Amino acid sequence: MTRALGWLAVLGLVVGIAAGFGYAPREAIQGNVQRIMYLHVPAVLTAYLAFGLVLAGSIGYLATRRPGWDRLAAAAGELGVLFTGLTIVSGSIWGKPTWGTWWTWDARLTSTAVLFMVYVGYLLLRSLIEDPDARARYAAVVGILGAVNIPIVHFSVKWWRALHQPSTILGPERSPIDPAIGLALFVNWVAFTLLFAYFLSRRMEIARLEEQT
Amino acid sequence: MIAARELRKTYGSNSVIDGVSFELGPGQCLALLGPNGAGKTTLLRILATLLRPTAGSLHIDGGDALREPERARGLIGMVAHGSYVYEDLTARENLRFWETMRGGDTSAGRLAAALAQVELDGVADERVRTFSAGMKRRLGLARVLLGQARLLLLDEPFTGLDRRGRKWVNEFLQGFKAAGGAAVLATHSFGGGLGVADRVAILGSGRLLMDRPAADLAPDELHRLYESLTDSVEGGA
Amino acid sequence: MTYARRAWIILWKDLLIERRAKEHANALLFFCLLLLFLFQFALGPDRERLAAAVPGLLWLGFILAGLLGLGRSFLGERDNDCWEGLRLTPGDKSAIYLGKLAGNCVLMTAVEIILVILFGVFYNVDLWTPAAPLALVLALGTIGLAAVGTLFAAMTTQVRARELLFPVLLLPVQVPVLLATVSATQALLLGQPLADVAHWLKLLAGADLVYVTIGLLTFEFVLEG
Repeated sequence: MTRALGWLAVLGLVVGIAAGFGYAPREAIQGNVQRIMYLHVPAVLTAYLAFGLVLAGSIGYLATRRPGWDRLAAAAGELGVLFTGLTIVSGSIWGKPTWGTWWTWDARLTSTAVLFMVYVGYLLLRSLIEDPDARARYAAVVGILGAVNIPIVHFSVKWWRALHQPSTILGPERSPIDPAIGLALFVNWVAFTLLFAYFLSRRMEIARLEEQT
Repeated sequence: MIAARELRKTYGSNSVIDGVSFELGPGQCLALLGPNGAGKTTLLRILATLLRPTAGSLHIDGGDALREPERARGLIGMVAHGSYVYEDLTARENLRFWETMRGGDTSAGRLAAALAQVELDGVADERVRTFSAGMKRRLGLARVLLGQARLLLLDEPFTGLDRRGRKWVNEFLQGFKAAGGAAVLATHSFGGGLGVADRVAILGSGRLLMDRPAADLAPDELHRLYESLTDSVEGGA
Repeated sequence: MTYARRAWIILWKDLLIERRAKEHANALLFFCLLLLFLFQFALGPDRERLAAAVPGLLWLGFILAGLLGLGRSFLGERDNDCWEGLRLTPGDKSAIYLGKLAGNCVLMTAVEIILVILFGVFYNVDLWTPAAPLALVLALGTIGLAAVGTLFAAMTTQVRARELLFPVLLLPVQVPVLLATVSATQALLLGQPLADVAHWLKLLAGADLVYVTIGLLTFEFVLEG
């Protein structure tokens, strides 16, 4: 089952790359660098999926005390940090030729960076506790708080940004909704989700085997 | 009072408690002997509902202590290595704090009576920081008295006490038993506590190697049994 | 009623011990004074630059003091196994969280008042005119910081590298509180009316509600260790 998932993911990625670089048109204003959106947007969507699963795993563990839930939370947390990192790096690479700077404090990027820090803290906490039950419980509390905090962060950053510069015309928020681009985006998103599911089940399996030894 | 069956506690591949079963009725005291590291403290903590066993069942006063630990906690008084005292509070303030946390009655009269019973009424308003180990131990006993505990769990209660202190604890336990309470007393020394015990058990490598009425055993017989049982366990392990 | 009694006795105990040991108060007071000098040295002698930075510096100082003070919330429970003693008490453990939260709010409010006074005196900033709305912002910010700080302090008390983990966990989660309080403070110091910062106050109030609720619901799981 996992093996099939893996192959499906690879297939999806191949199709996605083809769609992103071949099928989808070259963007008028930004040029080819805009194609990195096919990596950036699916990455952030997958990250949100991951953190939603961390929330689910955290609540699940506190409610049932079954280690399977904690494994879910841990694996999803790791992948979430990975995909968030990918989001930030790809956003940064996109930004350099587009805005002329590696980093900008726009709402999306800032929120994502804060998200990254919250869950890196989550992983750090996990790494510092040896007792599996205490680790699962404490991580669950942070996992729940981090997830519930996401909309609060989103609004606070958005309003904070509104006080300063208005968003630029070339900001990533303003992508044209050309149907070809939309389709390529969708295909890549599906591929990323499949890849995420594959990594998640693999990671959880490894964790389960580690626990048995 | 206590019905423990097949209690097990494993950390990874290490079995600290490996199938312990026993029963204890009201008015009885069980002395739990064992060398350091045998798992006495772990077992006591499981009985106190501080630690969840990996397997097994535990019933305290008829209720399932694993499913409903809160109910058991209302009955249990623990006097362990850490005395649960705040050093910057006075004896009286400490009692007031812990009794309020239990949801009990903290009227001045009750606090004074408990302090008098453990002979700390003279220093009731001194900060605990100035107390000796024995005095802190007595304050712990006052705390469990005030809390109307019916099951006492004592972990090495005689450590750091002089002969008078040990005699005092023994007398205290006799009175407690006479009033219908049950007690489990963990110790690694023969110096005290065996006089007040109704049953003696030896814990070695996570198992009860012996559980006999104290009346059946002469002191040197017990000593020999202890040596041979713990030696064989250590030799084999 | 027992719930309220228990929360109250925790507050009573902590305040009593603090008054006798005076550990936190003196050190934090001195720390605030040090921060004032630090900020001045970092920003240079330009009066206007400092005045413009005051809202941010006020909350920065406050958070730094908070990191020190809050992180130590449960250290008193480490001596003599009192933590374990608390675990053995019957009943709803969230009363302990509430009591500790109240104690931390008292501590943080004391720090704030001192910082505000010091800022007013040393940086020559008029903090008296907007005092009432400012107090509201301070109160909401304090609750937000203390609510999560108390919860995380309980968690990290028993973990290795406590002094590092506590800020690493607390600060990212507190970003919204920081943004909201600094923005609101800035607006108020510029003379804007309270209505202008209503959206920030609503955000803070909402966040505070969420944080305290999560604290109350999850504290028993933290205490259990």
